[in-house]
Amino acid sequence: MVYENPDGVKIGLEVHVQLNKLKTKLFCGCSTDYHNDEPNTHVCPVCLGLPGSLPVINERAVEFAIRIGLALSCEIVEQTQFHRKNYYYPDLPKGFQTTQYDYPIASKGKVIIEGEDGERVIRITRAHMEEDPGRLQHIGTIEKSKGTLINYNRSGMTLIEIVSEPDMRSPKEARRYLDKLRSILDYLDVFNGDLEGAMRVDANVSVFGGERVEIKNISSFKGAERALLYEIMRQKNHVRRGGEIVMETRHFDEARGVTISMRTKEAEHDYRYFPEPDLVPLRVAERAPEIQKALPELPDARRERFLRQYEMSNMHARALTNEIKVADFYEDVAGKVNPKDAAVWVADILRGELNYRDLGIDAFAAKDIVTIIELVTENRITEQSGVEVIRTILDHGGKPQDIVKDKGLLKVEDDIVAKAVKEAIAENPEAVTDYLGGKEKSLNFVVGKVMQKTKGRADAREVRERLVKDLNDQS
Amino acid sequence: MVTWTDISGIKQKIAESSAEEVTASYLEKIGKSCINGFVRTWDRALEVAKAIDAGDQEGPLAGVPIAIKDNISTTGLSTTCSSKILQGYVPPYDAHVIGKLRDAGAVILGKTNMDEFAMGTSTESSYYGATLNPWDTDRVPGGSSGGSAAVVAAGEAPVSLGSDTGGSVRCPAAFCGVVGLKPTYGCISRYGLISYANSLEQIGPLATCVADIAALMDVIAGHDHRDSTSINRENNYSEALKDDVNGLKIGVPEEYFGEGIDEGVEKAVWDAIGKYEDMGASWKKISMPHTKYALASYYIIAMSEASSNLARFDGTRYGFRADGDNWHVMASNTRAEGFGDEVKRRILLGTYALSAGYHDRYYLKALKVRTLVKQDFDRALSEVDVLMGPTMPTPAFKIGEKIDDPLSLYLADVNTVPVNLAGVPSISVPCGFSEGMPVGLQIIGKHFDENTIIRAAYSFEQNTAHHTRRPREVV
Ligand SMILES: [Zn+2]
Repeated sequence: MVYENPDGVKIGLEVHVQLNKLKTKLFCGCSTDYHNDEPNTHVCPVCLGLPGSLPVINERAVEFAIRIGLALSCEIVEQTQFHRKNYYYPDLPKGFQTTQYDYPIASKGKVIIEGEDGERVIRITRAHMEEDPGRLQHIGTIEKSKGTLINYNRSGMTLIEIVSEPDMRSPKEARRYLDKLRSILDYLDVFNGDLEGAMRVDANVSVFGGERVEIKNISSFKGAERALLYEIMRQKNHVRRGGEIVMETRHFDEARGVTISMRTKEAEHDYRYFPEPDLVPLRVAERAPEIQKALPELPDARRERFLRQYEMSNMHARALTNEIKVADFYEDVAGKVNPKDAAVWVADILRGELNYRDLGIDAFAAKDIVTIIELVTENRITEQSGVEVIRTILDHGGKPQDIVKDKGLLKVEDDIVAKAVKEAIAENPEAVTDYLGGKEKSLNFVVGKVMQKTKGRADAREVRERLVKDLNDQS
Repeated sequence: MVTWTDISGIKQKIAESSAEEVTASYLEKIGKSCINGFVRTWDRALEVAKAIDAGDQEGPLAGVPIAIKDNISTTGLSTTCSSKILQGYVPPYDAHVIGKLRDAGAVILGKTNMDEFAMGTSTESSYYGATLNPWDTDRVPGGSSGGSAAVVAAGEAPVSLGSDTGGSVRCPAAFCGVVGLKPTYGCISRYGLISYANSLEQIGPLATCVADIAALMDVIAGHDHRDSTSINRENNYSEALKDDVNGLKIGVPEEYFGEGIDEGVEKAVWDAIGKYEDMGASWKKISMPHTKYALASYYIIAMSEASSNLARFDGTRYGFRADGDNWHVMASNTRAEGFGDEVKRRILLGTYALSAGYHDRYYLKALKVRTLVKQDFDRALSEVDVLMGPTMPTPAFKIGEKIDDPLSLYLADVNTVPVNLAGVPSISVPCGFSEGMPVGLQIIGKHFDENTIIRAAYSFEQNTAHHTRRPREVV
């Protein structure tokens, strides 16, 4: 089935990724670990833009950028150069942003997503490095603000801006693209996506081949999907009413779920780019082969391997490889129990319970799920009880064994013995006949069989009593 | 007559009395000065001198007083670029050269007057008013490091630091009859030098004799990881102090004796070249055909960079702040009230040159011309060891004579700016007088070949008496 894209929707995304796993900022030695600290405590003359300070490139940031470029199948430029993007804003301490302009570090890449009608290639235009500005904080509401405070802790953090071609045909595809991007970045271990502001999205969208509209201020993936849904609807309605779409920048109002025209001449902004004279051009292409060699296994490759190695369904493979933490968790578990059981328990059951509670995989210990899977496969608890144990751990904590005991979930032990007794009777008609014929000792043989079946967990005297009862009932 | 004391003389005085007494005598002289060379003295100078006497600090410049241009950052000592907009700004960090000087035991006397943000050739555009030339107080001391040259000529400091973007060390050195060096681009860290035009400028020393220039270079030159454009290269400058120019090949660019050159200047310079011939050097005329385009190229590049560099002065974080109902109005008012006319002129012209539609015509073209000017130097310096010509086409002009005619002021830089475009080193040494005012001989060398121009300058000094003339005491 081919997706027709009836409205001719074209979506391109610009994603800013903050490389918060770097220890220091892009151009100075300030620590990046500011998220729990007081404002303006992770600053120095360089990231405050004090007169006379000069930038020095963080070589590790360059390495991270190349890593990202390679993971997105980009070409790495021979030599990169930073430019100044000049504009005035209080969060911008130098009055310009140091960024890459005509020599982005990486370009011409691709990301493969699960599209509306199967696999779809989203082309990456470029990925370039730049510095993050500070943050404004309004005292009171934005309308009735008594003033604005500026926190420069974020100033000078390394950003990678990843720009896609307008290859997405629906908000759903946009969402998939964002999820995939996040997944790849997670695998690369270059950022912690859970920290505030780690990924920021600007979108551009057009319908029926018309002018494209930029949407700014999108703060989440869910927000991106909502903003796009609204904006496509707005554009379609506008065109239907005979209107014409003009090139403009719109602001996404998260609370109301609508986009609002900013009515500024954003498109006409003249940033007066020119090469940053304080930074020398950087030869980077020759570093790429080393970094390529050291690239970790990426989501697509890992999914392929899971399919082969663990013989799981495509759906499970996808679910288990999207997040690197989940994939690692799964492989940990699959090493200890049957991988197919592990796939069902981790991909379907555990992830479902975690999602419901908006928790990540870190909220659960691999050894606990191993215990639960063992209990279930050994028939000591039912599958339903296994789920109950997971829920209890997530909601109240505790160890699986204790929970099983406390809740009396092991009651099924009786059933196991009863089942084993029935089986032993059916499978050993001779011994049974002998016993019923008066050979008391033949009963010991049957007890032994039951003990074997229950792996010695059953109480021998209990087994004997049950056998006697069952046989008497039978006869 | 003003008394000039060189570094060896200072050391002798310290041995006879104390560093404290030496510093006190300079501070006393500065206190009585009427040339407006210092914009502020350092209240801790005596304390530092006392520490030297106590033996707490040793070093090659132990106890040597030094004056610092007001655009070089000094911890705890206000640094304003002689602009209203930086009133009250006290840097929380030292420029690289200041750290080096402190480590070497130098005693910082205070900050010297300059053209606002180093934009000028006369030191008349300072927020603190003009500095007077000690040789004739009706005349300018040159600029933009006018204060640094004038205080040395007036005996208010034995040595000083200036900065040279398009001649700002050499011009005032020539006008005030002292020695001034513009080192090779990358020779001295610019960390802490408040940028005017980053790709052109270098910090440079001023002194009464060539030996002191070498002594200062031995302290302040060298690699600094905080300045990406600083080069890692070991050199001993004092080793170049040899009275020997035998076999030295001198090129004399005919373009440096262009229209408007003062007859007295021309004669003094040719006499100097004749003297070199007597001393065993040879000379030939040489053509630098792109010299006539250098001024235009220089001003476009310098103004473009300046328009961006000065964007950070918006009243938000430090310095002067004007009133305003919101940030944009406040920032706009701050810049309107805080910058002087010449600074505004250059910001506007630079902004214009970088604007869309003009960028290629002006900024890019200027870069291309810069390459051609560099090639002129490469070609010329492959034929000869050094280039010689007048530092300035005229002796110091009258205060007020050119300040209302920016174009004629810009033209005065015609022989100095090509050197900054090419990044080569150049020294100005006294070589005679015209109209009773000092004339400077400019000696230009190959990249990182400071030692050859220092040797040439030193030899000239050893064999002539121009540097023995002193201005009269100004009262
Ligand atoms: Zn910093």
